[in-house]
Amino acid sequence: MTLFHHLGKYVLLLKKVFAKPEKARVYYKQTIREIETLGINSIGIIAMISVFMGAVITIQTAYNTENPLLPTYLIGLAARDSILLEFSSTIVALILAGKVGSNIASELGTMSVTEQIDALEIMGINSASYLILPKIIALMFFAPFLTLMSMIIGIFGGWAAGTSVGAVTTTYYIHGIQYEFIPYYVTYSLIKSVVFAFIITTVSSYHGYFTKGGALEVGRSSTKAVVHSSVVILLFNLILTQLLLS
Amino acid sequence: MIEVNTLNKSFNCVWVLKDITTRFSRGKANLIIGRSGSGKSVLLKSIVGLLEIDSGEILFEGQNFTRMNFAERKKIRRKFGMLFQGGALFDSLTVYENISFNLDFFTSMTKKEKQKRVKYCLELVNLKNVTHLYPSELSGGMKKRTAIARAIVMNPSYLFCDEPNSGLDPETATIIDNLIKRITLELGITTVINTHDINSVLEIGDNVLFIHEGQNWWEGTKEEIFTSGNEELNDFVFATEIIKRIKPPNTSI
Repeated sequence: MTLFHHLGKYVLLLKKVFAKPEKARVYYKQTIREIETLGINSIGIIAMISVFMGAVITIQTAYNTENPLLPTYLIGLAARDSILLEFSSTIVALILAGKVGSNIASELGTMSVTEQIDALEIMGINSASYLILPKIIALMFFAPFLTLMSMIIGIFGGWAAGTSVGAVTTTYYIHGIQYEFIPYYVTYSLIKSVVFAFIITTVSSYHGYFTKGGALEVGRSSTKAVVHSSVVILLFNLILTQLLLS
Repeated sequence: MIEVNTLNKSFNCVWVLKDITTRFSRGKANLIIGRSGSGKSVLLKSIVGLLEIDSGEILFEGQNFTRMNFAERKKIRRKFGMLFQGGALFDSLTVYENISFNLDFFTSMTKKEKQKRVKYCLELVNLKNVTHLYPSELSGGMKKRTAIARAIVMNPSYLFCDEPNSGLDPETATIIDNLIKRITLELGITTVINTHDINSVLEIGDNVLFIHEGQNWWEGTKEEIFTSGNEELNDFVFATEIIKRIKPPNTSI
């Protein structure tokens, strides 16, 4: 029953979020600000994780394919497909759920317990729309860039690690990443990243917006935002994979 | 004028407000007083629509606020100014941005006009050279003044103040009280103040509503408090030893 209660409340919040904005110019400015806060400020962590992710995938693949019957370019191919299909969209989304999700929930939670959201309502401003809509647009717009960046950096990290430990040569690695490349995999990954961005921003905003109490509750909302966003991302990963790849 | 008719509000089947009926007059400082937990904050939040009431009516100049939908409420709320207990200033914005926030949203003023308006509001609350500061850089009194400036920037018809001088020293509290009173008179607005500060009551209380156990227990002017024989009101107002000397229990002056 509690699940349905939350689901209903979440849908009603979204209805309020997607109401007609009071003044488009103010929302535009806010969206630009959110692109910086949620998107550009995440470049560093995504880049760092992608390098190591690519490196580990390559070394693990090399370790598991130490068989003379298997071609060496398989390492590059496996690294490419793992990064493109799963890591750069889903793992990056899970990392964003941690970084951006907790940021959104704690920001809105603090605003709620310090009556800043009430202040917006009293001014006659649709607080849900003003605070949440720019975050949704900003992350849905920027997440594909982060995913593309993660793909490139991940593949580069794989090459750097693979060649430096002598697991694969540059020639074989490049041959592997070019071998039977399916461009649709990139599209599939980008579609997932947009959906995941929507999940992260809305689920985290839901938890932050309805925070009641004090500092303790803000912390709890932040944790719930990360956990619930991650679970929903994994669920939708399964659904989208079935829908887009089968 | 604001009219409240037979307002009832409960939380989880516990009645917090019971059959509250009252009027808040224009151009006057209308005070809601009562002990902690008596329901005065709930009443104030119910009046402005931050809490949905169980039954009853709230009318602003005859318009039934309780029956309005979200869009209609938004329209009428643009006539509201509210001073929250903690100020509720937006942390990420400077004093200037906090005050001009409403102007950005609801007016087509030029940058110069906005600057002029913000400057006027800051002068009204006696604040200078703070426009570039963030709320975290302000003292408690300065935060309250900034919040008042933000509340009046749109020339509101109604000003609601929730514990305007909580956490302030007596001198600053008196300054804030007098400021609210002056703004009420100068702008001719309906001001509703929720407080349990007796100094405020005696200083600026044109009309006083005493809430006890969620009910409208007593109503009158600050002068009438001295002649009232209401036991609960006297216990609340004349609780301290110093004030008891002004009026001993169960007596009228």
